[in-house]
Amino acid sequence: MMLDELRELYQEIILDHGRNPRNFRQPVDATCLAHGHNPMCGDELTVFLTVDSDGRITDAAFDGKGCAISVASASLMTKMIQGKTTEEAETLVQIFQNICTKDDFDAANGAGVDLEALEQMQVLGGVRNYPVRVKCATLAWHTMKAAMSGDTEVSTESENL
Amino acid sequence: MMSSTSSALKAPVVSGDQRSFNVEQIRDDFPVLSQSVYGRALVYLDNAASSQKPRPVLDAMAEAYETYYANVHRGVHNLSQRATDAFEQARSTVASFINAENANEIVFVRGATEAINLVAATFGRKFLSEGDEVIISQIEHHSNIVPWQLLRDETGIVIKAVPIDDDGNLLLEEYENLLSPRTKLVAITHVSNALGTVTPIKDIIRLARDHGALVLVDGCQAAPHMKIDVQDLDADFYVFSGHKVFGPTGIGVLYGKMEVLEKLPCYQGGGEMIASVTLERSVFKKPPHRFEAGTPAIVEAIGLSAALTYLDTVGLASIAQHEHELLAYATDRLRSVPGLTIYGTAEQKSAIISFGMNGVHPHDVGTVLDRAGVAIRAGHHCAQPTMDRLGVAATARASFAMYNTHAEIDALTEALALVQELFG
Repeated sequence: MMLDELRELYQEIILDHGRNPRNFRQPVDATCLAHGHNPMCGDELTVFLTVDSDGRITDAAFDGKGCAISVASASLMTKMIQGKTTEEAETLVQIFQNICTKDDFDAANGAGVDLEALEQMQVLGGVRNYPVRVKCATLAWHTMKAAMSGDTEVSTESENL
Repeated sequence: MMSSTSSALKAPVVSGDQRSFNVEQIRDDFPVLSQSVYGRALVYLDNAASSQKPRPVLDAMAEAYETYYANVHRGVHNLSQRATDAFEQARSTVASFINAENANEIVFVRGATEAINLVAATFGRKFLSEGDEVIISQIEHHSNIVPWQLLRDETGIVIKAVPIDDDGNLLLEEYENLLSPRTKLVAITHVSNALGTVTPIKDIIRLARDHGALVLVDGCQAAPHMKIDVQDLDADFYVFSGHKVFGPTGIGVLYGKMEVLEKLPCYQGGGEMIASVTLERSVFKKPPHRFEAGTPAIVEAIGLSAALTYLDTVGLASIAQHEHELLAYATDRLRSVPGLTIYGTAEQKSAIISFGMNGVHPHDVGTVLDRAGVAIRAGHHCAQPTMDRLGVAATARASFAMYNTHAEIDALTEALALVQELFG
């Protein structure tokens, strides 16, 4: 029973991406990056984005250390935003924040978000039932948003995350 | 006193003058412990962060509010007199708990953090100047690091830190090498909150004495677990927080030798700390009231007093013995968990176990344990330099108190097996 509950949070896709994160590298040609920090637990992530002249994300990667939730979330995020415009990526941040914090959020309203991405965000959204872990899941996303807006530092304790 | 390598589970030993130590009886005194979380019996192993409160503390505080609460040291009326008597009686209880010579050597503060800041603001500003040295250690809580850094930025003092070895033992020889004619203060913990290391505090104080330096001891993690005798230690300052000794939050203790306290300037200005005030100047009271501006945490002091009386009733010798057994048993059980590493295996250790699990972040360990009803701390424990020394960002930490049981350690071990099952 207890193990079942925990598996709701730690689903196979999270364990997989936590252990073997995708896009876990430091691209030298990134056009923007930001450093995200959660001083509560010492987790640190750097998100690297390559944005072309049309405002489209041609590459997204990350580096750093963190718990299974924050690393899996960063890994899945970098996959989801490949090829998206920065505007679309910002919309994803908002949808993801809502999924992670609101029980009754209807993710289907996330216009233009593909079903696979929504499904993955829903899996990560399992942190809803673990309030102290929400910041783990959202750290990479807020760091990505900061990178797009030209901020280089973001902390879970100083921003409204 | 304690060795993390002892493996056999020893039979309880109770010294002759202590009442028989009965952990179930103690647990009955702590209402919070009898609950379930997520349908599991609560196993509270986060005592180094804050400990739970026994019924006598809750009752003493309720009684104060219900029957004699008023402001202290002011009123001519009955309630104020009774409240003042209870508040000053609390000071005496604290004094005898740590064997201070004089109750006026006990300054009530918000907690150990404020106590250290008070010493930095008074002793530090008056007696320390550019180039003077303050020695701390690599295993200090942030509250015994940051106040000295702030003072350094203001005055230009130099901060030096005594290193530890890989097991978490403080390196006494390195400490001796750091001592110099410029050493004015040694500010060191009695027990490391992150590793459980019990430092050789008597030797530390004796050596400081040889160099004419004063010593401040952070006793937060010692006071709930072992008998403290400030006269025997010969400490100049000894600080601890109420909430870690089974008392309320918002109250803590700064012990200072009277001959030292008398030389210190005031800390904050306001009511309570003055003998007389004109618009031009004020005359300040003697210690301890000189350092207690404003209405103090009256009922919290009374609650703290009840907590210390409770500890003395149970008996610190019995508590130390019980916790020694818990530490030995827990160390053994945790070592049997595959992939688990214990951080901190000092020769003298308090019942704190910091650990990591291969490939699993401490926060994930903490979440799984929480669902199993086991409350531990995961993080840097406000001791980031200690984490840096270990080369980790964070650890999981199980910290024990007098009310913990061997069965709870079994529950912890079983919950760690769940972590393996999920992440292994």
